[in-house]
Amino acid sequence: MRLRGSTLASALVLIAAAIFIFLPVVVLVQFSFQDGLVPVPPFKGFSLRWYHKVLEDRRLVKALWNSVAVASLSSLIATVLGFLAAYGLARRRTGWNRAVELLLMAPITVSYLIIGMGLLMTFTMAGVPKSLLAVGIGHVVINLPLAFAICYAQLGEHQVAIERAAEDLGASPLQTLLLITVPMMAPSLAAAFALSVTLSWDEFVIAFLLSRFDVTLPVVIWSMLRSGLSPELNAVGTLVFAVSVLLLLVAELLTSRRRSS
Amino acid sequence: MSAADKTRPRLFVWAPAPALLWTALFFVLPLLAMAVTSLTRREHGETVAFWTLANYRTFFTEGSGVFVAALWNSIEVTLIVTVVSVLVAYPIAYVLAYRVPARWQRMLLVLLVLPFWTSYVIRSYSWLLVLSEKGVISAGLQSLGLASGPIGFGNNRGATVLGFVHFFTMLLTLTIYANLAQIRESYRRAAADLGASPVQVFTRITLPLSLPGVAVGAFLTFVLAIGDYVTPQILGGSKELLLPQAIMLQVGRTADFPLASAMSMVLMAVVTIAYLLFARHLKMDRL
Repeated sequence: MRLRGSTLASALVLIAAAIFIFLPVVVLVQFSFQDGLVPVPPFKGFSLRWYHKVLEDRRLVKALWNSVAVASLSSLIATVLGFLAAYGLARRRTGWNRAVELLLMAPITVSYLIIGMGLLMTFTMAGVPKSLLAVGIGHVVINLPLAFAICYAQLGEHQVAIERAAEDLGASPLQTLLLITVPMMAPSLAAAFALSVTLSWDEFVIAFLLSRFDVTLPVVIWSMLRSGLSPELNAVGTLVFAVSVLLLLVAELLTSRRRSS
Repeated sequence: MSAADKTRPRLFVWAPAPALLWTALFFVLPLLAMAVTSLTRREHGETVAFWTLANYRTFFTEGSGVFVAALWNSIEVTLIVTVVSVLVAYPIAYVLAYRVPARWQRMLLVLLVLPFWTSYVIRSYSWLLVLSEKGVISAGLQSLGLASGPIGFGNNRGATVLGFVHFFTMLLTLTIYANLAQIRESYRRAAADLGASPVQVFTRITLPLSLPGVAVGAFLTFVLAIGDYVTPQILGGSKELLLPQAIMLQVGRTADFPLASAMSMVLMAVVTIAYLLFARHLKMDRL
């Protein structure tokens, strides 16, 4: 009897949690299909018109491609730099390791707002104009610690043996790095890249502060918000969410395959 | 290892250099620039004073206390959010770790925190759809006959807190679950065998052992919530400002970078104090 009571309580906790957590997402997605002008009840029927409108909206489509470019390039740089740093630290233990780790991880403790403002001021002083390039630089700053941490955690001793075998067989250090270590680390590199893309893709404050004419998707969404609730916003939001979930699935599959191997 | 080190040291020495350079140029340098700027005073686009605490004085005394009020609002809201999120997330993590069959746990966890990955601008907007005057809750209450007209729940501190709690409940569920899943079942079983009631097992064994996970999650919540501009800006309305909103106002409207820098320094100081408090708390738990 007591057992059944606790099972019921557990089920209630999970159901309540699911309702609370999914309520806004369900409302967002449902009213993106609204056949009417406002994304609030009553639901007037199923329609794809707002998705058509999104795809015909030049500003949105341009911002979407800007976001893709900024996210993929900044994530590529963050992943390469993060991997190199992790490789260097993991393969050569010195007294400086701890200090370098701390410095590389430091950006995750500072609010994006402050990182963005610091960059804005520095770029202004240096005469660098607001641009997507500036946004990308900022996104590398926030993603580098993550990429570094993911790679660092996976560079273990068991790979050293294989690397040493390659060198004994006559491979140069560069050959060992590119032909042995990088392929072995491919899942971690891909996971770091996917996670970076997810974060950069969503990032708002830094992109808002550092861009002017060419902007990323979250910045356009922000400016659309000023004109109030609209099913078009729901449609964009649903699309953005879908992309994030896809990226996350990729990262999850890659890390779980790595775990099982 | 050491023999291999000697044959190829160069590659290893320089491998972290690009990352360090990037961090130094685009993270450390901007923070230093900000710290220095916070000690200057600019009027009409020209720097009129160096090495002055005028901005900090302005922050703490002038503007009829709006800046200090924003600081207190931020601290209050963040503390409320942290406490409520822990209280909501703990039961969820507990049920996932101990009441759900092991093979379903990971899948359920990933599913439950899926909205964690929605864009944070969109997430706040979604709550607006739920809370606004024409929104889902208002319409639901009216159709049930519980309300005679539209009721708005947005544009106040409660809406900001709700938006934050939604996000951080997911984050805390992750950290607390990770901790609970690591506690060996034998500890709880031994306590039960020795005559502890389920409540005693929880308060004497499970809860104390799960506090590190709670502390890590709570600290992350505090740091991320106190620095967020988007959630209060979309959900909070115009009645009260939080510190990040006040900072953005200085940047956007008046381009007063010295004052904005000083305010950012205050924000970073609050985060540092929180870190010191949490770090001490963590150590005490380990004893």
